[in-house]
Amino acid sequence: MLHSEPETQIGHWRGYVQRHRAISAGDAEELEDHLREQIADLEQAGLSGGEAFLVAVRRMGDLDQVSREFAREHSERLWKQLVLTSGPDEQTDAHARRELAIVLGLAVASALAIKVPPLVGLGWTDDSAGFYARNLSLFVLPFLAAFFAWKRQLSWSDSLRLLVPPFALGAVVANAYPFTENGATEVLTAIHLPIALWLAAGLAYVSGDVGSHRRRMDFIRFTGEWVVYYALLALGGGVLVGLTTAGFATLEVNLSTVVPEWVLPCGALGAVIIAGWLVEAKQSVVENIAPVLTRVFTPLTTLMLLALLVAIPAAGGLVEVDRTLLILVDLILVLVLGLLLYALSARDPHAPPDTFDRLQLLLVVSALAVDALMLYAMFGRVAEFGVSPNKAAALGLNLVLLVNLAWAARLSIGFLRRRLPFTRLERWQTTYLPVYGIWAAVVVLTFPLAFGFA
Amino acid sequence: MKIDKDLVAASATPLVLGILADGGSYGYAILKRVNELSTGRMTWTDGMLYPLLHRLERLGYVAASWQVAPSGRRRRHYEITASGKQALAERRQQWEVVTGALDRVWREAAIGPKPLLAPAAGLER
Repeated sequence: MLHSEPETQIGHWRGYVQRHRAISAGDAEELEDHLREQIADLEQAGLSGGEAFLVAVRRMGDLDQVSREFAREHSERLWKQLVLTSGPDEQTDAHARRELAIVLGLAVASALAIKVPPLVGLGWTDDSAGFYARNLSLFVLPFLAAFFAWKRQLSWSDSLRLLVPPFALGAVVANAYPFTENGATEVLTAIHLPIALWLAAGLAYVSGDVGSHRRRMDFIRFTGEWVVYYALLALGGGVLVGLTTAGFATLEVNLSTVVPEWVLPCGALGAVIIAGWLVEAKQSVVENIAPVLTRVFTPLTTLMLLALLVAIPAAGGLVEVDRTLLILVDLILVLVLGLLLYALSARDPHAPPDTFDRLQLLLVVSALAVDALMLYAMFGRVAEFGVSPNKAAALGLNLVLLVNLAWAARLSIGFLRRRLPFTRLERWQTTYLPVYGIWAAVVVLTFPLAFGFA
Repeated sequence: MKIDKDLVAASATPLVLGILADGGSYGYAILKRVNELSTGRMTWTDGMLYPLLHRLERLGYVAASWQVAPSGRRRRHYEITASGKQALAERRQQWEVVTGALDRVWREAAIGPKPLLAPAAGLER
């Protein structure tokens, strides 16, 4: 009795210490040894076990501060967490190893999947380019969804119910529709199917809890961080491939078939899974990068948009008005939306509005102004030339983004005037999330039919 | 009396190195020794000692090893190294300049309350 109470308290305390990532298992052990000695001394001085524990913990000081001090001394530790095993805890160790095995298995499966078609005669040639473009996401996203399903411990029946319909439908549409080779609708399918399937994989990410706005926000965050990780992996991979090719070239070994046929496709697909795993395994690493990226690029993008706004009238209006212009505007809006989402996902929802929020509003408003100007310039032309699949897709996407950004701007004004809580802005984006998937699905399913597979 | 935080921080490294120069030791014992030396007037946040020890280890001033305590638990044991002794000697010279100057100020200006401790019985013998 006398010793059981501090023992459980020490147990709780140990758990609390271990939650600090900058404090390694060895450090926690060292601190615990210190705590125990202190308690023993205090008990000898006449304090009860509980009292001694309280005094000892208080003398240990604010653990967050101690942890910060450790982090300063061992900044590499936050990164070390990325590697396979950490700490002597055998249970988590075994779990981490199993997760790694599953991730590697899925990455390899995805890399091998794209080498299956050549076995049945669909080689990596110009003739099959359309096939690969349409199906690319089908070689990898099912594996990513499987990883989410495993990670979230989704039951088999839920997994099948949620994931099989979208992926099966995607596979059927991508391959059963009689596309004209290199036609516009084929290209549109190649672009929109990955978006629709990414959100389908999101169903597994939110473990089927589609109504939860918190989980949807997590998925938005995941997407943003995945982009950062993938870009980093792609950069590293590119450098490595370049060096390897150059190295073998000095041996007069030509890698010009191995690299494009094996290394690039298999690496690019496997990296999708690995990046997804890295985001899941160590979210906080990038959590620190996303706000920085947003803060750097929000002012720069605003400047670019304002410069455009000044330059368009100065140049005497838009000269070349065609679908490339529409696509350009769409890309600008996507960029602005991405910045908005990054900022939202990284922001402390309780903080009052600040200068950065105002800057962000300026960004959105200037993007809307550029968009309005370009849409106005295009209007007549669309009627003139009739509707093509590309124009319809670009205009539709523009509408989807325009609605989102316009309403986001309105909410953001309310937030800046302190009439609306910040959560309303978040809520709007999470509510809107399925719209992208639905629009992408509409393009994939109906456009080829509507435009005769042209 | 509470010692100013910056003073505690500035004196922490020579204190720890000085204690270790007297023989290898471990975290809790080092803190207890600091308490004895300052007759309980220098209060450290206990937890902060460990990041400091790790920094000294990184700088090569101390060497750490895991040993088994009488209680049967593992315990990290710290020893001062040669370069640690050198650093300690340097620190000591610096502090002697500082305390010497302060000493003269106290005597010549004859300001403030009388010392609580016997003169110069503080940190550096």
